[in-house]
Amino acid sequence: MPDALAIVANTAGKLTREGLRVMGRGATALPGLVALTLDPDFISALSRELPHGVVCVSGTNGKTTTSRMLSDIARATGWAPIHNRSGSNLDRGVAAALLADATWSGEPRGDLGLFEIDEASLPGVVGRVRPRAVVVTNLFRDQMDRYFELDALARRIGDALAGLPAETALVLNADDPLVASLAIRKDANVTYFGVDDDAVGGNVPQAISDATRCPRCRSPLRYERVVLAHVGVWSCPTGDFTRPARDVSATKVVLGPRGSEVVIGGVLASMYDEIRVPVPGLYNVYNALAALATARALAIGLPESIRALANFTPAFGRLETVEVNGKTLRLVLVKNPAGFNAAIAALLETGRHPRLLAALNDRDADGRDVSWIWDADFETLAPAVEHAVITGLRGRDLALRFKYAGLPAEKLAVVDDPAAAIEKALGLAPAGSEVVVLATYTAMLALREALARTGAVAPFWED
Amino acid sequence: MDLRIGHLYPDLMSIYGDKGNVIALSQRARWRGIAAEVRPYSVGEWREPEWPDVWFFGGGQDQGQDLVGADLAGRNGESLRKSVASGAAIFSVCGGYQLLGTEYVPEVGAAIPGAGILDVTTRAGRKRFVGNLVVDSADGPLVGFENHSGRTYLGPKAVPLGSVVVGNGNNGEDKTEGAIQGKVIGCYLHGSCLPKNPWLADRLLQWALERRHTDVKLAKLDDEAELAARTQATEVAQARP
Ligand SMILES: [Zn+2]
Repeated sequence: MPDALAIVANTAGKLTREGLRVMGRGATALPGLVALTLDPDFISALSRELPHGVVCVSGTNGKTTTSRMLSDIARATGWAPIHNRSGSNLDRGVAAALLADATWSGEPRGDLGLFEIDEASLPGVVGRVRPRAVVVTNLFRDQMDRYFELDALARRIGDALAGLPAETALVLNADDPLVASLAIRKDANVTYFGVDDDAVGGNVPQAISDATRCPRCRSPLRYERVVLAHVGVWSCPTGDFTRPARDVSATKVVLGPRGSEVVIGGVLASMYDEIRVPVPGLYNVYNALAALATARALAIGLPESIRALANFTPAFGRLETVEVNGKTLRLVLVKNPAGFNAAIAALLETGRHPRLLAALNDRDADGRDVSWIWDADFETLAPAVEHAVITGLRGRDLALRFKYAGLPAEKLAVVDDPAAAIEKALGLAPAGSEVVVLATYTAMLALREALARTGAVAPFWED
Repeated sequence: MDLRIGHLYPDLMSIYGDKGNVIALSQRARWRGIAAEVRPYSVGEWREPEWPDVWFFGGGQDQGQDLVGADLAGRNGESLRKSVASGAAIFSVCGGYQLLGTEYVPEVGAAIPGAGILDVTTRAGRKRFVGNLVVDSADGPLVGFENHSGRTYLGPKAVPLGSVVVGNGNNGEDKTEGAIQGKVIGCYLHGSCLPKNPWLADRLLQWALERRHTDVKLAKLDDEAELAARTQATEVAQARP
């Protein structure tokens, strides 16, 4: 039973939630804020009641897809995960998810907490929720007006994880040296995942210098293969830090336009496990490996996990598709150079010439500094683009980025109003064709709302 | 005519889209029929330090910044000073700007000497200045995004690049932003700066090309998209500083 204060906070949060529903507003973080204001300890009070404990999913890219995959896996084994899946992935979102699930007396109905936590919030949150497992997918530059510097952030996360009990399962990306450096304690209980197919990735480090230096001794890292930015097969020439052995690993990856076929190896898997990741792109292979490794850390069997994964469908803004008048809109959320480069790599894998609708906003949830677009590889994208319609609060910056990447002016149109931008992009696309929507978080919400008004999609308020 | 750009420490000092400044210089040269080549110069021995007409020096994380500071304290700092003395231009942003100064004074410990190319000193500050930055100058307006905790103060040999309209600029006290000394410019404008502020890009191009070419006359470009981006960014900065 939670204590009295937590029950009061739960009741107040639930009342707020009901009130918002009556007013026709979707799930927001406001009920969570109300509960946390009344009881700052609300999250830990309710988390303690969960029989399977809490899993924190963090990292710059792939949090939502990884936790949704894990949620499907947990549900397939008969568990009832509580998931803060609507992208408001801070304290309030976690509190809101907990109270949405709890009874009026503060007892959870679910049995596993599955919380997406922003990497900057992770050091503060883990101490309070006492997670059973913490997953870190990768650490790239993202919205640094809030997060400041990546190596300082990695140190803070590492220190926070070192303060947890030794039995806490850490699930870490072995191919990301910054993430691999998060396991500071000698007795840490770590499950590592990574990709071990020599055919994946290139030999030349890409031009994003997030972490080309050893996190321990700062020597320049050597790369045998680079998958994306600083993720790949790395080693420190001084030998003080090496890529950890992979417990769950992709030994063979075949990428396709609708998904990937992957052979799973590593210490915890057998070489004969073949899985299908039904969403395209190498980054989704990493998300699947993270989900499988976490399932292993939670003692869920690999065969069940693999079956659940095969039926996975993507979430809001993550390669979700919407049909409008016989044309398809493919929604791709982008928010930082690494995520953008991964998205366009997936887009161009099959030699397509995409028709784009691209939207850039600079609200808090997008990152207020739009400088990152200059680090993203528009130079690779621009020559392939059939045409691009640009919108968003900072659409003019985005149009300028396309101009300097070499997209001719006649292939580029700026339309400020989201609904008009959708109409323009669809108008330029022939019947039966696809428009790829690349947008930052609040820009995607605005486009999604405009689509909801035309009846093309249901209004977005999952909880 | 051709343009040679030296990119200083691109592996360590390239953050917040500063690379866009190199893209802007190269493209604005190419659109005028001027060939542009970019070469990286990083920690260790430099080949042909006398090659560049213009250097770009971006910002970095703290980790990178001490490595670069140590490197500039040696022979490469001397090479950079010689290059400037022989007519090369420099455009620097944030960490690069600070490292070109006379010294950096941390919160604790001794002052760290800079490259001594700009007459500015920087002191560590507690509160980080993060937000949109709008600057006015006699030569034209500038807009960008600042993200720094260092406070920079100008000595007598440097003049401010402009005065702050929105944001904090050099130190949050005297309303100045950036510094110019000869053909060397430093500022706190990420964004990237040069694509959205084309007059400054062209000023640097002019300076750079004059090092090895005579009668440099830059043709006018169609800057409609550049000015539209500057206007939108300025409006956003005024509404949401
Ligand atoms: Zn090392």
